[in-house]
Amino acid sequence: MQILMLLLFIALPVLLSWPLGSFMTAVMNPSLNSSDGSLAILLRKTGGSILQREQDWKGYLISMLFFNAIMFGAVILMLALQQMLPLNPDGKGPLEASLIFNTAASFVTNTNLQHYAGEVSMSYFSQLFALTWLQFVSAATGISCFTALARSLAGSTLVGNFYRDLLRSTLFILLPLSIVVALLLVAGGVPMTFEGAAAAKTLEGAIQTIARGPVAAMVAIKQLGTNGGGFFGPNSTHPCENPSFLTNYIECISIPLIAMATVWMFGRITGRMRHAAVIFSVMLLLLILKSGIALNLESAPAMAFKGLPIESVSNLEGKELRFGPSGTAAMWAAVTTATSNGSVNCMHDSLNPLTGLVPLAGMWLNVIFGGVGVGFINMFIFIIVGVFICGMMVGRTPEYCARKVETHEMKLALLALLVHPLLILVGTALFASTSWGAGTVLNKGAHGFSEILYEFSSAAANNGSGFEGLGDGTVPWNVATGLVMLLGRFIPIILPLAIAGSMAAKKPVPETTGTLRIDTPLFAVVILGSVLLIGALLFMPVAVLGPVADYLSTSLQ
Amino acid sequence: MKATLMEDTGANLAASLRIALATIVLCGGLYPLFIFSFARFATPEASSGSLVRNEAGHVVGSRLIAQAFTKPGYFWPRPSAVKYTAEAAGGSNLSPAGPEVRERALKTVKAFGADSRRPLPADLAAASGSGLDPFITLQAALFQAPRVASARGMALAEVEAAIRRHAAAEQIFWSGDGLVNVLLLNMELDKTGKTTMVPR
Repeated sequence: MQILMLLLFIALPVLLSWPLGSFMTAVMNPSLNSSDGSLAILLRKTGGSILQREQDWKGYLISMLFFNAIMFGAVILMLALQQMLPLNPDGKGPLEASLIFNTAASFVTNTNLQHYAGEVSMSYFSQLFALTWLQFVSAATGISCFTALARSLAGSTLVGNFYRDLLRSTLFILLPLSIVVALLLVAGGVPMTFEGAAAAKTLEGAIQTIARGPVAAMVAIKQLGTNGGGFFGPNSTHPCENPSFLTNYIECISIPLIAMATVWMFGRITGRMRHAAVIFSVMLLLLILKSGIALNLESAPAMAFKGLPIESVSNLEGKELRFGPSGTAAMWAAVTTATSNGSVNCMHDSLNPLTGLVPLAGMWLNVIFGGVGVGFINMFIFIIVGVFICGMMVGRTPEYCARKVETHEMKLALLALLVHPLLILVGTALFASTSWGAGTVLNKGAHGFSEILYEFSSAAANNGSGFEGLGDGTVPWNVATGLVMLLGRFIPIILPLAIAGSMAAKKPVPETTGTLRIDTPLFAVVILGSVLLIGALLFMPVAVLGPVADYLSTSLQ
Repeated sequence: MKATLMEDTGANLAASLRIALATIVLCGGLYPLFIFSFARFATPEASSGSLVRNEAGHVVGSRLIAQAFTKPGYFWPRPSAVKYTAEAAGGSNLSPAGPEVRERALKTVKAFGADSRRPLPADLAAASGSGLDPFITLQAALFQAPRVASARGMALAEVEAAIRRHAAAEQIFWSGDGLVNVLLLNMELDKTGKTTMVPR
């Protein structure tokens, strides 16, 4: 049964990622004779002359930061004025200032950590024009920066034009895919209405107010763009976001699809398909490993029912029955944290104590396909470090993609590598030791520590899922995670592009028999080693303090 | 040098603003509108929330959303951490190994009258993730059948037949037993005419 589940949920996106990779390459890198056509004319008019320019990595990043700053400002404005804006049938009121900051940071950075519940706080205008919009353009930002990295590693100092890439990925990749998925979800029974909440008089005579709204459109892009921010508080656990087994399947396979395709896209742009296959297989191996462990651990019954007259089946706390055996929830938990999606179809806080370690580990590594575009950018850093270590071992100047990797690149790579653990560990330490964090946990002891640890891991990894027992709607939480999300987004995009830019400016070195081959199974071991040793060891202490201690203290009684 | 930097800033600002505006209209406006138009045409019932009406045409709930049932003559849904509030959904977020879940389960076991000879199906003891799970397992429905039948003065076989009809309608992929939509099952029982229930 578990093997079948793995096949069903992983094999299809893997198969689809191959043609999608070709398609995305054609969209992002159209060959000269088949230019953007009529679109190009339209773009020239909307964007101005800057769209004609080929940018180097600096110019590309400056344009990216400009556009992201505008995204941030526009959404702050929309959220701050939501009570005065249209499409607000349920009369949602003003939002608190630090929550506005946190939400804008969260959706600009493709994180979608939500310190609010959509159906409680957000008008339909905010959900669509502010949040759904950002779900598109933040994902497009990731795809664009990844494409620039790939062009750079293909040896070109001019890496394209940010605005052109952003429009291409939004219009020709994200929109068409979202339309397909949204239509499938509508067919599967997901609501799509602009009417306000419905009032029902229940069979026992009570009044039940049923929140609804334009759900299907938002759910499609939140799954595809590794965004994860749902329409309702409980995300895809809510029956209106995810009404059946079939919608659950569609939503779950949408999560890793684009991130998987970017790996093939990298192979095509750099002309190194075998190298791409090596990277893909490392990521796939880690994903299968992670899912298998989660499936296994989550099939254990809830410890709290031990000795009570309750039938012993897999842990059902925080789960929904319509998705089938609770393994589908474990599967989703593994996939959503391998990529930086962060949508959930069960409550992660109520996973079995050790299962909680699986999503945490995914966010700590953040390279198992990862967020659209940025997952590969993260992996690039691990590859560079792996290449460097190998070079040192044989006493040769390390090379990657026919360029030398030297001190300057390594300095930047180590900086990029250390930002992630630094943000998580310092944040967790600060909040666990003060009332900012300690006063907000729901569960006591080690599980409460895990809630704080999970929140910072999720923010730094731009994931967005949570151990939602945490009372994170406070000013310290909003400000701290807002800053962590911004730093955890932009530093790991800027530094790798700087590294690749500096490499592209160097003279190519001819590949000889002495060159480290990057298209062999041996190189897969090198990548795997650098990901596991560097990525995982940094987090061993907190893993023991959180989920492991939680498990030991509750199961050895 | 300085002049080009200024020019660049201006060009970047202008391009960012224009493209932001264009994509807001496209992704936040036209795209949802297109999906909405399709939904209205193709699935008018489901797209407005799968609302369920009684014979008089009044909305009594949604087939997707659990509602509170406490009377013995009705089937009861899974525990809800939000008391079936369908405008602020949520799970318990409690550790499945923690004391709070155990205490709650003890109360639930008592309310359902389960004991070691007749253990409670686990879905009735575990709170759902959304607090609004509309389903219970076939076993959970059969477990409650005697209580419902006696409260309504119906034959047990009659109630069980209704349960099995509903379970067959909600087959989940590869799981043999099927699920029972609590609201729909309770509505059907009300329709059989035996609405006068024996008081508690």
